[in-house]
Amino acid sequence: MEQATKFKVQDKATGAFFNCASNQSLLVAMERTNPGLIKVGCRGGGCGLCKIRVVEGDYLTKAMSRKQVSVTEEAQGYALACRAYPRTNLMFEVVASSQQTD
Amino acid sequence: MSKGVMRPGHIQIRVMDMDEAVCHYRDRMGLIETDRDASGRVYLKGWTEIDAYSVVLRQADEPGMDFMGFKVVSTEVMNQLKQELIEFGCQVEVIPAGELNDCGERVRFDSPTGHMFELYAEKKQTGKWGIHPKNPDAWPEELKGMRAQRFDHCLLYGDDLDGALDLFCKVLGFQLSEEVVDGELRVAQFISCSMKAHDLAWVRHPEKGKLHHASFYLETWGDVLRAADLISMHDMSLDIGPTRHGLTHGQTIYFFDPSGNRSEVFCGGDYTYPDHPVVTWDADQLGKAIFYHDRVLNERFLSVVT
Repeated sequence: MEQATKFKVQDKATGAFFNCASNQSLLVAMERTNPGLIKVGCRGGGCGLCKIRVVEGDYLTKAMSRKQVSVTEEAQGYALACRAYPRTNLMFEVVASSQQTD
Repeated sequence: MSKGVMRPGHIQIRVMDMDEAVCHYRDRMGLIETDRDASGRVYLKGWTEIDAYSVVLRQADEPGMDFMGFKVVSTEVMNQLKQELIEFGCQVEVIPAGELNDCGERVRFDSPTGHMFELYAEKKQTGKWGIHPKNPDAWPEELKGMRAQRFDHCLLYGDDLDGALDLFCKVLGFQLSEEVVDGELRVAQFISCSMKAHDLAWVRHPEKGKLHHASFYLETWGDVLRAADLISMHDMSLDIGPTRHGLTHGQTIYFFDPSGNRSEVFCGGDYTYPDHPVVTWDADQLGKAIFYHDRVLNERFLSVVT
């Protein structure tokens, strides 16, 4: 079986990182190899617990709750890690989720 | 005492990707897809349910619950309760017959917790799926996934639990079956319109109108373990379980649909009659009340809602 390309995904603040395949969500890859870097909630783009901002690199996203990531935020690199798939190496920042700051 | 509300009859759930959602509810949980409508909504039911459907999925840009509907014994009862809901102070709206396929007129009302509920008396009855109504066999062989039997209850998160309890008990004839109290403050309440330990439950939470989970009934603990196997086989998002609850004592597993709405499948659990005293848990025993074996709450159970 062909192996999906793996990319390095790094937390800007701590330098901690994990590897993530192009067909794997950032959150699932994080849970398997470096748990604790990002908070884990529903893993379905609904709860907002795993909100990050990608500051470097390209990625694709699947549908994310508009309540958690607005159109403007999405354009600024905000994403839910459970719905983001890397296309290059990435640098990210953890964002306090809206549920926690409400 | 009963005022003619029979059972949870349907829930409309918002999902962000319909194909993924149908895979979850139909192929993984084993609900039967029974219909689709012009607006793209998908209708499903547990195989033992008599009515045409109990779950309606609607594509939206955020997850959560649109409304939960209860079936009442007659149109007369629905109209009587409509008046009482208005007198109680609810915002009441009549949804015309046919807005949901094969469903009669619905009386929609808001709750002090910000959730929307409905009463209805008529829905097409298609009978149990896959078995003959006369001399019925035990179960149909064609079921998929977890083989969920029926939509059973919801747990909702919201702020004004006392207002919601007043509404459902005084106006709609539910009874409080179980509760969690922190001194004078009721932080969780389980209410019933039947013999079940809960048909609906709330946990106190600052934000209005949130869905914690929609729950579906399985027959045995073996079925719950089998559901856990399927969750691993398909790399589904597990929350917690298999385990047992202290509250209601049901045996359970929690997981998430692909839009982040929490699902539960469970079996067993306590029963209630109108003369039963309320079962009370103290908030300092909350870990055991929710997860009877671990006796510790995971943060996700309290904080992740849609």
